[in-house]
Amino acid sequence: MTNIHSTAAEMASALAAKEISSVELTKQHLDRIAAVDGKINAFLHIDKAGALEQAEVIDKKRASGEKLSPLAGVPIAVKDILAQKGIPTTAGSKILEGWRPPYDSTVVAKLKAASVVILGKTNMDEFAMGSSTENSAYGTTQNPWDLARTPGGSSGGSAAAVAAFEAPLAIGTDTGGSIRQPAALTGIVGVKPTYGAVSRYGVVAYSSSLDQVGPFARTVLDTALLHEAIAGHDERDSTSINAPVPQVVAAAKRLDVKGMKIGVIKELSGSGFQAGISARIAESIELLVAAGAEIVEVTCPNFEYALAAYYLIAPSEASSNLARFDSMRYGLRVGDDGSRGAEEVMSATREAGFGKEVKRRIILGTYALSSGYYDAYYGSAQKVRTLVKQDFDNAFAKADVLISPVTPTTAFKIGEKSNDPVAMYLSDIATIPVNMAGIGGMSLPVGLADEDGLPVGLQIMAPVMQDDRFYRVGGTLEAALLSKWGQPILSKAPDLTVQK
Amino acid sequence: MAAISRDDVAHLAKLARIEMTPAELDHMASELEQILGAVKRVQEVATSDIAPTSHPLSMSNVFRDDVVKPSLTNEEALSGAPAKADERFKVPQILGEE
Repeated sequence: MTNIHSTAAEMASALAAKEISSVELTKQHLDRIAAVDGKINAFLHIDKAGALEQAEVIDKKRASGEKLSPLAGVPIAVKDILAQKGIPTTAGSKILEGWRPPYDSTVVAKLKAASVVILGKTNMDEFAMGSSTENSAYGTTQNPWDLARTPGGSSGGSAAAVAAFEAPLAIGTDTGGSIRQPAALTGIVGVKPTYGAVSRYGVVAYSSSLDQVGPFARTVLDTALLHEAIAGHDERDSTSINAPVPQVVAAAKRLDVKGMKIGVIKELSGSGFQAGISARIAESIELLVAAGAEIVEVTCPNFEYALAAYYLIAPSEASSNLARFDSMRYGLRVGDDGSRGAEEVMSATREAGFGKEVKRRIILGTYALSSGYYDAYYGSAQKVRTLVKQDFDNAFAKADVLISPVTPTTAFKIGEKSNDPVAMYLSDIATIPVNMAGIGGMSLPVGLADEDGLPVGLQIMAPVMQDDRFYRVGGTLEAALLSKWGQPILSKAPDLTVQK
Repeated sequence: MAAISRDDVAHLAKLARIEMTPAELDHMASELEQILGAVKRVQEVATSDIAPTSHPLSMSNVFRDDVVKPSLTNEEALSGAPAKADERFKVPQILGEE
């Protein structure tokens, strides 16, 4: 029986075999959202009418024998940072409250073209600045594993929606770990593709040289199916890579790592990582060895500077990108009473419309770019970026893929780090180097930590445009883990319909 | 590194066009100092012989053919405007009045 607990691939084949209609499947998910999202707060906007209408059109196309894409009729949740025509798009900010974009982002257009049913828009840290969704102007998302904990961020709403079976698939964005970290904290799969592999057109920009759109799902194969649906060259994004999309679906199905060299990054292991995380990573390494992979240790001595460099580069780019929120063409306008000039209205609007973390990063970025400090801060950070890339180049000379934990700890409590920006920034220590170098990475759930029973994510990284490699390794390890556990990891999550 | 004063933050806030109360300026000054203390580590390894990387891809001047394609209508482009008049964005006064 196909239901909300099925995988997206199972849903797709049941739809193709006409065992279930897209309208029925969409209704099942809308019912689930109605039943549990009051506790999770994954969605900022639920487009019930639009989703059902889209599902009906797809069912009719199928009935008439039209050839449809592999994911046709399967529902999805989309992070509220991607423009969708006529649908509220806030990026988690008050400054965009009520804005309905007059156009579709390329990724949304591709989803529509692939006949994927868009259920709604998901919660996030304001402008993707955060690691917990606590910086959303619309309330925090709760982790389905424990409602007192965050699902991570910034794409926490998308991750929680998939983990809570509100959607089998979701779209997120990842600037410093914002797909991989919430995937790890909620026990699902999340991928940050190679920079430039997925179009950024219509994605509200945070840090343009780091931002990348990517897929979330509950299995490696589902993630690959979504990856192939959204990737590809786009002439509307000047940083889009004009090359064939790696064959990630075939790689996810390969289930074989014989002869592959897997590099364990020395600097991202041992002390600094929760014991239960290190234990699950060690088990994963054993399973990979049993599957025929060879383990090599690699060293990336400059990674310890990556976090500091990120918190100069990203705020610098953000201070420039967010200048577009000037209250003139769209979004909030405050204090326009006829007595104030444009500059005053702009300043009053930005004061009222931006949250604390966004202001903090704009001010930090403005400082790092200002004359007299540019070389010492932004310039030095760019040099660290070169060193991080060199570390990856050296490591990939010895290994086909690299692995590490995704996060230093499992899901943390809501409020635990919200008043300590530097402590919050540390949650991205293992994910940031990937963005700095522009390579791709996957977060794969590899079990629960013994001390708290919360999900642990393994990060698998591959060189630029070799994203198929982490799907191959991820798919193989997922199969080995599944045969060990007997059931998927999410079957161990608490029942949300009874959890308070 | 010199301490970040409230006046420094006030200057940055002015550059960034964000109104801030005196209490916010004080708070931001202390937070900024804490964050800068953590991120200035980049200076330890950023020696003069290392070339900076501004972007992961080394592409430049990506052009497409200059062909007119369908785009937003005037109405669509103005659909999110806080104020509009005569098919244009209506904005507060920009230049001083004499």
